[in-house]
Amino acid sequence: MSTQPFRLPRGGRIDRARPHRFIFNGRAYSGYAGDTLAAALLANGIHLVGRSFKYHRPRGIVTAGVEEPNALVQLGVGARSEPNLRATQCELYDGLIATSQNCWPSLRFDLGAINDRLARFLPAGFYYKTFMWPPSAWMQYEHAIRRMAGLGTAPEERDSDRYDKRLVHCDVLVVGAGPAGLAAALAAGRTGARVILADEQVEFGGSLLSGSAEIDGRPALDWVARATAELDWMAEAKLLRRATVFGYYDHNYLAIVERVADHLANPGEREPRQRLWKVRARQVVLATGAIERPLIFRDNDRPGIMLAGAARAYAHRYAAVPGRRTVVFTNNDSAYAAALDLIEAGGPVTTLIDIRAEPQGELADAVRAHGVEVIGGSAIVATSGRHRVKGVEVMRLTPDGTGVAGPVKYRDCDVVCMSGGWTPAVHLFSQSRGTLAYDSTHGCFVPSRAAQATHVAGICNGAWTLAECLRQGFTAGTAAARAAGFVEVAAAAAPPAPEPTATPPRILWAVPSDRAGTTSKHFVDFQNDVTVADIQLAAREGYRSVEHVKRYTTSGMGTDQGKLGNIPALGVLSDVLAADLPSLGTTTFRPPYTPVSFGALTGRDIDALADPIRVTPMHDWHVANGAIFEDVGQWKRPHFYPRAGETMRAAVDREVTAARTAVGILDASTLGKIDIQGPDAVTLLNRIYTNGWTTLEAARCRYGLMLKDDGMVIDDGVTTRLAPDHFHMTTTTGNAARVLGWLEEWVQTEWPDLRVYMASVTEQWAVATLSGPRARDVLAAAGTDLDLAPTAFPSQSMRQGAVAGMPARVFRVSFTGELSYEVNVPARCGGALWEALIAAGAPFGITPYGTEAMHVLRAEKGFIIVGQETDGTVTPLDLGLDRLVSKTKDFIGKRALLRPDTQRSDRKQLVGLLTEDPNEVLPEGAQIVVERRPEPPMPMIGHVTSSYFSPTLGRSIALALIVGGRARHGETLCVPLLGKTVKVEVAESCFYDRDGARANG
Amino acid sequence: MKSYSIFSLLRNALSYHQNWQAAWRSPEPKPAYDVIIVGGGGHGLATAYYLAKEHGITNVAVLEKGWLGGGNTGRNTTIVRSNYLWDESARLYEHSLKLWEGLSQDLNFNVMFSQRGVLNLAHNLHDLRELQRRVSAIRLNGIDSEILNVEQVKEMVPILNCSPDSRYPVLGASLQRRGGVARHDAVAWGFARAADARGIDIIQNCEVTGIRRDGDRVLGVETTRGFMAAPKVACVTAGHSSVLAAMAGLRLPIESHPLQALVSEPIKPILHTVVMSAAVHVYVSQSDKGELVLGAGIDAYTSYAQRGSLSVIEEIMASTVTLFPIFSRLKMMRSWGGIVDVCPDASPIIGKTPIRGLYFNCGWGTGGFKATPGSGHVFAHTIARDEPHPLNAPYALDRFANGSLIDEHGAAAVAH
Repeated sequence: MSTQPFRLPRGGRIDRARPHRFIFNGRAYSGYAGDTLAAALLANGIHLVGRSFKYHRPRGIVTAGVEEPNALVQLGVGARSEPNLRATQCELYDGLIATSQNCWPSLRFDLGAINDRLARFLPAGFYYKTFMWPPSAWMQYEHAIRRMAGLGTAPEERDSDRYDKRLVHCDVLVVGAGPAGLAAALAAGRTGARVILADEQVEFGGSLLSGSAEIDGRPALDWVARATAELDWMAEAKLLRRATVFGYYDHNYLAIVERVADHLANPGEREPRQRLWKVRARQVVLATGAIERPLIFRDNDRPGIMLAGAARAYAHRYAAVPGRRTVVFTNNDSAYAAALDLIEAGGPVTTLIDIRAEPQGELADAVRAHGVEVIGGSAIVATSGRHRVKGVEVMRLTPDGTGVAGPVKYRDCDVVCMSGGWTPAVHLFSQSRGTLAYDSTHGCFVPSRAAQATHVAGICNGAWTLAECLRQGFTAGTAAARAAGFVEVAAAAAPPAPEPTATPPRILWAVPSDRAGTTSKHFVDFQNDVTVADIQLAAREGYRSVEHVKRYTTSGMGTDQGKLGNIPALGVLSDVLAADLPSLGTTTFRPPYTPVSFGALTGRDIDALADPIRVTPMHDWHVANGAIFEDVGQWKRPHFYPRAGETMRAAVDREVTAARTAVGILDASTLGKIDIQGPDAVTLLNRIYTNGWTTLEAARCRYGLMLKDDGMVIDDGVTTRLAPDHFHMTTTTGNAARVLGWLEEWVQTEWPDLRVYMASVTEQWAVATLSGPRARDVLAAAGTDLDLAPTAFPSQSMRQGAVAGMPARVFRVSFTGELSYEVNVPARCGGALWEALIAAGAPFGITPYGTEAMHVLRAEKGFIIVGQETDGTVTPLDLGLDRLVSKTKDFIGKRALLRPDTQRSDRKQLVGLLTEDPNEVLPEGAQIVVERRPEPPMPMIGHVTSSYFSPTLGRSIALALIVGGRARHGETLCVPLLGKTVKVEVAESCFYDRDGARANG
Repeated sequence: MKSYSIFSLLRNALSYHQNWQAAWRSPEPKPAYDVIIVGGGGHGLATAYYLAKEHGITNVAVLEKGWLGGGNTGRNTTIVRSNYLWDESARLYEHSLKLWEGLSQDLNFNVMFSQRGVLNLAHNLHDLRELQRRVSAIRLNGIDSEILNVEQVKEMVPILNCSPDSRYPVLGASLQRRGGVARHDAVAWGFARAADARGIDIIQNCEVTGIRRDGDRVLGVETTRGFMAAPKVACVTAGHSSVLAAMAGLRLPIESHPLQALVSEPIKPILHTVVMSAAVHVYVSQSDKGELVLGAGIDAYTSYAQRGSLSVIEEIMASTVTLFPIFSRLKMMRSWGGIVDVCPDASPIIGKTPIRGLYFNCGWGTGGFKATPGSGHVFAHTIARDEPHPLNAPYALDRFANGSLIDEHGAAAVAH
């Protein structure tokens, strides 16, 4: 095992008492608790960690945070394997296994690197210009392209982890726990406001963790510790670490993903892996910090070339120096501070190259005092080193910065620390629709006008000094709390934090090279290999909008979403177009800030919990008696009850025959049931249903059809008048919720004057339907106080009484065409009722039947099923249900029925079909033609909506919607199927007991 | 227009790509045109292209308020298919699919039309019945479509959870092998370049602020770059159709809703076909770059803001991970929203309006991308001849008055 040669002997926020072993690309290394994978790799002297997307160039660690474009690894194995993780954010744990991605056969020798050699032929958008000949070959080209693309690999197993969600409210949500965020949380928390402070890092402190700043004359981290301790004591403050606020939606609704267990070698059983927090905040303080920009110079992508701030973080926070000979290349002061920190930590800096002409001031003097060679007004024009940077070439910049001149200086190095200035992390602010303003001094966008209840503080708001960050933090926290209704007890003053006077940066988007116009690569987007030349090419070809440049070159479309490259890319574009940078605008900031696992977004709503499974009170009986179930919406319904050795057809035939000749029993509990009450209930029904309801007497039932406003049937069912202002409506199983919503929508939005109230009672009633000539006998045998005589309890009526000792509403309505009683009892009695009826029915041959037999029974009678005989394009007239359409009153859809198209006589109409061969059962959904043509296309005149074998008739039957169907009775038509044509005769849609004597007896 | 080919690529490589010409000009607007097309998305640009190519009408301007393809052309999930139930739809979308099949060559721009197949899953008996009906109708319309049983589905998409114990068991699927995906931006760019080459003026950053008319006749459009006269004005502004219509004093039977989509981080190929499930609301494919592309549902509220709610994303994630359990540890990289104009029957409006010389092509709802070439083709015909092409005649605005709706609510996976 390696000995961490680049680990400093002391310092850092790692726990040296807890060494961790880890495996990277098959080799074992060690690091410490508190390391990130990237820090541990650097401590072991490893810079080469990945390959780029397009050219497969060797790439190293560039950053120390979320903006990392290069150091992406596949982490873990098996069900816990995860692609595309940023090594800069993976906390080290014992036994961690990581592998480089997008390289084959190995990271050091990657055949894909041939693309780099061919780069000249693969400019931005090359694929739009070729791969078109021969036309049929694209799928082959694409196959090869797809294999080259992609980064990591998806796991091959089901995720073994669990994810949770929480929905919370707070007064002030503070995003980011750097100096500004901590100050804001303190100020808000002290007022007693409910504060949530969320930070993506392991510990609070933000940039202070990586530097040597002082606050109030003491190390800044002391202040962080005090602030954190104070917040910890606040009863109303919730502190979230490892928690990234990734989305800022409307109405101050923000989403946070908390990585609860990702850093654990052995996650516990009780804790979820990640938790999605959905926060509705009265006020939001964004203290999201800033991201350092790279400098865009030639071959700025070699391993060992990293951001100055990142090098500083590795040295300071993780006690790992990136190298032994460091060259710094900068356009601003922050890299000087980084250099000083590196030197202090023990990482020698040899040369500092500044784009600015004459580096002066405290910082420059301090750097020089350490013996560092400071070269002003110059730039790196080339770098060397394949798997690790070995040296740089430096030349003087021309005064306008567009070219270089003079002799070339060579400097050996093993690390280049670059700094192109800082970009405020305005992502969330922009997601919230806040507007941005351009800060030309610092070459970046800063928040301008908030669109929601948002406050911004710290460097993300253009506070370039620590003192200003603290001041803004306290101000924003106080303001946010006050806006949320909390007043500060004592004005919180920001502590002093002196810093050297700053010299403004010099913005130079593309650093010139002496080999311009050749194949030299100045990378703007590291991950997607987008160069300055690509952006220039895009502009040359007319792709000049920032969005076109992005989409044509793929700049900013990688997993880092352009956190490093977007502003430099804009800068380069503004140079090419000779346009003001702010006039170009930015690409849209979209959630998520950093990628979020599907698992976290899913939470527990998967598999059985994805959608509730609903079962009736009689379900256990069905299971015990061998029912085969069918999914109907969320419900499990018995499809049929096969006996041992019985086929589905045999079982269904038996069930149908029992209902026709003796008695069957159906679990009808799933039927939608809506209780409707109020003086205007009857008015509502009159408007909703096509038929009239005013004359319906109490305890009487009536079948009704509902139409959408376009005149098409959307539901049907039987509604019963329980009392003058009280109705019991039934709907189809699948539409129950929709119908209630439909009624509510009309009542709430269009007819608020109606005094009518609705409630779903679907699950309050269990329903057993007895159907068949012996139904009355069974009901009597079960014991009832109801008078079942046909005159006392006629068809289409309802009686309340006791059945088998249970309180019941019994509806005498029939969906089978047989004498039927729908016995409704309170849901808790459902099982008992069912068993009582089965027992009482045994002497009469009672047979439970499922939905399939129910379908056959109703089809024999020509009764429709909404969603089967109708599909949103069928009117009541098409169904031959003219008698149900009132001519005297108004109802929803009536006007639509008067439109010319709905009045056509050649609309598709419901008919019955009889096949020539009585044993031929047509497939449902089959299309119908007048005459089969040898080849399609052929004109279709309708389709089979329902089709069964009818044991009652001893032959197959079908229902169909056919153009002008009612006028075609007796006509022979064709149903073209695969390999054969079935001849059918158009018939009445009712095949059995046309006068309805059986149900009414 | 200099042709694109492997040879031009090699030739230009020699000069370090310094000599490529712009894909389209950026001309100054002229005071008058024969036809003004409002909206520089795929449908508008295709309309312009076919006006020039099929009808020889080249004195045409395409006005775009932002950047070409910046609306729904650049925001959709790029699925192309023609497996529609009703004859009118099947014919229109099949017309479009046939144009897709030669589009890269026709435009000399690789739109990466990839016929990797589109699967529509059935999870219960009702779904199966509907599938049967649909496939039967589609085949008799002469369009490829077949039904796969669960074993065949599993073979085609091994990562799909086909267990009978799944919350959403897969009972079968319909497959249109000729369906697939295309590179959406390239479609806008390819049409723009080809239209420009035929002399059409493409003017970006030019917003139409008014439609000038004289009684029932259109005179031209007011824009942020001044008035432009034209006897014919064609509006193709998905997501904003009602706004444009209001400028002409028209009211369209359209509701505008946000529709979201998202992509995962890029991963090596694992999904080789498009998988759609209308019942549980999943549609997913994998892009050539390696990202999983997922379509979300529409938000119930109406809006013109091109963003949607997190809850909609959470819902489709739940269904997606239930169907594809191995997706759980993949990560959403970017989500976005667009605005869809939805007609009451979920079918588009393509045709004339009560105002002479004013044409509308709108209301494509959640599924307009697949129709891009076909829509442009028939719309160009409608504008050139001042009468609809037989394929778009059923899509007239007056169908909402006479009731001859083409109800395709069942056609899209998106719940309306």
